[in-house]
Amino acid sequence: MVPRPHTVRRVWQETHDTFTLELAPAAGDGAAPSSFAPGQFNMLYAFGVGEAAISISGDPARPERLVHTIRAVGATTKALARLRRGDTVGIRGPFGSQWPLGEAAGRDIVIIAGGIGLAPLRPVVYHVLQNRQNYGNVVLLYGARSPGDLLYAKELEQWRGRFDLEVQVAVDRAPATWRGTVGVVTNFIPRARFDPSEAVAMICGPEIMMRFAVQGIEELEMKSESIYISMERNMKCAVGFCGHCQFGPAFICKDGPVFSYESVRALLNIRGI
Amino acid sequence: MTEIALTVGTHSVLERASLDKLFAALSKRGFRLVGPTVRDGAIVYDELKSAADLPVGWTDEQKGGTYRLKSRNDGAVFGYTAGPHSWKKFLHPPAVRLWQADRADGAFEIKEEKPDAQKTAFIGVRSCDLHAIAVQDKVFLNGRYLDPYYQARRENSFIAAINCSQAGGTCFCVSMGTGPKAASGFDLALTEIREQERHYFVAEVGTELGAEILAELPHREVEGHEKAAADETVAKTAQAMGRQMDTTNIKELLYQNYEHPRWDQVAGRCLTCANCTMVCPTCFCTTVEDVTDLKGEHAERWQKWDSCFTRDFSYIHGGSIRATPKTRYRQWMTHKLATWIDQFGTSGCVGCGRCITWCPVGIDITEEVRAIREAPQSPKGSPTGDKHGNT
Repeated sequence: MVPRPHTVRRVWQETHDTFTLELAPAAGDGAAPSSFAPGQFNMLYAFGVGEAAISISGDPARPERLVHTIRAVGATTKALARLRRGDTVGIRGPFGSQWPLGEAAGRDIVIIAGGIGLAPLRPVVYHVLQNRQNYGNVVLLYGARSPGDLLYAKELEQWRGRFDLEVQVAVDRAPATWRGTVGVVTNFIPRARFDPSEAVAMICGPEIMMRFAVQGIEELEMKSESIYISMERNMKCAVGFCGHCQFGPAFICKDGPVFSYESVRALLNIRGI
Repeated sequence: MTEIALTVGTHSVLERASLDKLFAALSKRGFRLVGPTVRDGAIVYDELKSAADLPVGWTDEQKGGTYRLKSRNDGAVFGYTAGPHSWKKFLHPPAVRLWQADRADGAFEIKEEKPDAQKTAFIGVRSCDLHAIAVQDKVFLNGRYLDPYYQARRENSFIAAINCSQAGGTCFCVSMGTGPKAASGFDLALTEIREQERHYFVAEVGTELGAEILAELPHREVEGHEKAAADETVAKTAQAMGRQMDTTNIKELLYQNYEHPRWDQVAGRCLTCANCTMVCPTCFCTTVEDVTDLKGEHAERWQKWDSCFTRDFSYIHGGSIRATPKTRYRQWMTHKLATWIDQFGTSGCVGCGRCITWCPVGIDITEEVRAIREAPQSPKGSPTGDKHGNT
């Protein structure tokens, strides 16, 4: 499966090291934009440098605007960070499993995100807000290292202004000018407005944060089969051939990245799996 | 020669002198010939011109960390066991270009590599390796995605299997249920018989193509004593296995022993050199390398064999997931013998013993399983029993 050339329509900086690319199929590629489900990812190819697995962070109802939020941490993501409007990027995908929006219908949803973990969850927020009547209480708990590391700050403010969505934001450390919460995102769990016996949890962030988030949720006696997490591993092929993304018996690329906590709980607690 | 109807499952006799004719018949049909030959002090698999390239009169001696080529005086053609190569060298090659791209004016175009339609005859495939090919078929052809390159190579392959007439010092196919007799997955299967005055092969037909090829060679119907000699040959091999592995509930055993102290013990010996993964006939992991020309206008993507024993294999931003030899050896062995079963419905080990022979420090997978089985962790302390399992 070869990358399809896409043209960069817009680039904008989200934080000091994180940026968002909006892409569209390159002219002459007659094929329609691929639709995607919230939680899925694409492989983004920077010409001559390499490929990286990046979750799709745009609106699933508008697949023609293919949006990826990327943190520049390695050779490929730094090459992607140098792209400007009109440049070309290769895309393979979309790959992987999706957040359980069908299962969540009629139930409360608690979304817990850490750092760039908000990117694969933003399509969930878009979908839920567009289909608000289909869901119960919806809670978004978001944590980042510092106020400057918060993704989508403007959208977070808009969402926080709504009466049908509870948004809580915490940062690990902050300058004196920060008037928000300092602490770990999991502190919000006991006070958030959702019914643990009915809710579905969707969690994405660093593994340590996900472990504590699950712990916090399980303390409310939420059923572990209603908890979903999104995992990350090294990935080369995205179709289950290269072996890099193995997580016990699972291939993150095709069995994940979204897993029910129930299916991976035993593995999550083993170091170096 | 009496004419007999050659159908799948029938046995015929092929004289030693006719082996050249088998090569010629395959060549005539456009097959590239690939089989065992002696090179660099080992029996390797490579392209062959004729039956004269086969390792006639050679055998090998194998133990943990040891491989020695030895001459034998009986003129046996296939009187050796699995060497450092496996057929994945041809079916899942070590380096493959996937595509090329050219850039002009900021945009680029990608040209996909065409699947290779080269017809290849694999001569002298052992039962363990037939099973290994079947395992890789499951990886590349039976999942949600299909590898068209692998598929083309498989569809264009002819397999002449050889039933093992001796067991190697590190072999354990009997334990894995993968040999020593070739049961399926071949076009022709030969058993080499050396008697005082005679040297011949009992040939079993596995496919119609195999029957067609055999029909072009001088052959005759097998006689009772010849068939019995062939059966006895593999029966003797089965009794002479160099190693054994108890596979009872092996998946559960390893799933319950992720934190077994034996992993630390083996990590003290493992050099993480990746030899075991390179010689393993089922290990399929690859990486990709993206390269450009000096002008930066032409780019290529190459797929290359990779190994879970490298630190880089599990690298994500911030570090490697499997940063220690312990976690890397555990990943390899647990994948091979346990998670593979969940992934592909089969063990990833075919008992060929290559990983034992070619481990520079002689780590023995059968011994590692035995050590864990003899002192398993209680399921109570296992990861599945510990809800938040601090490790």
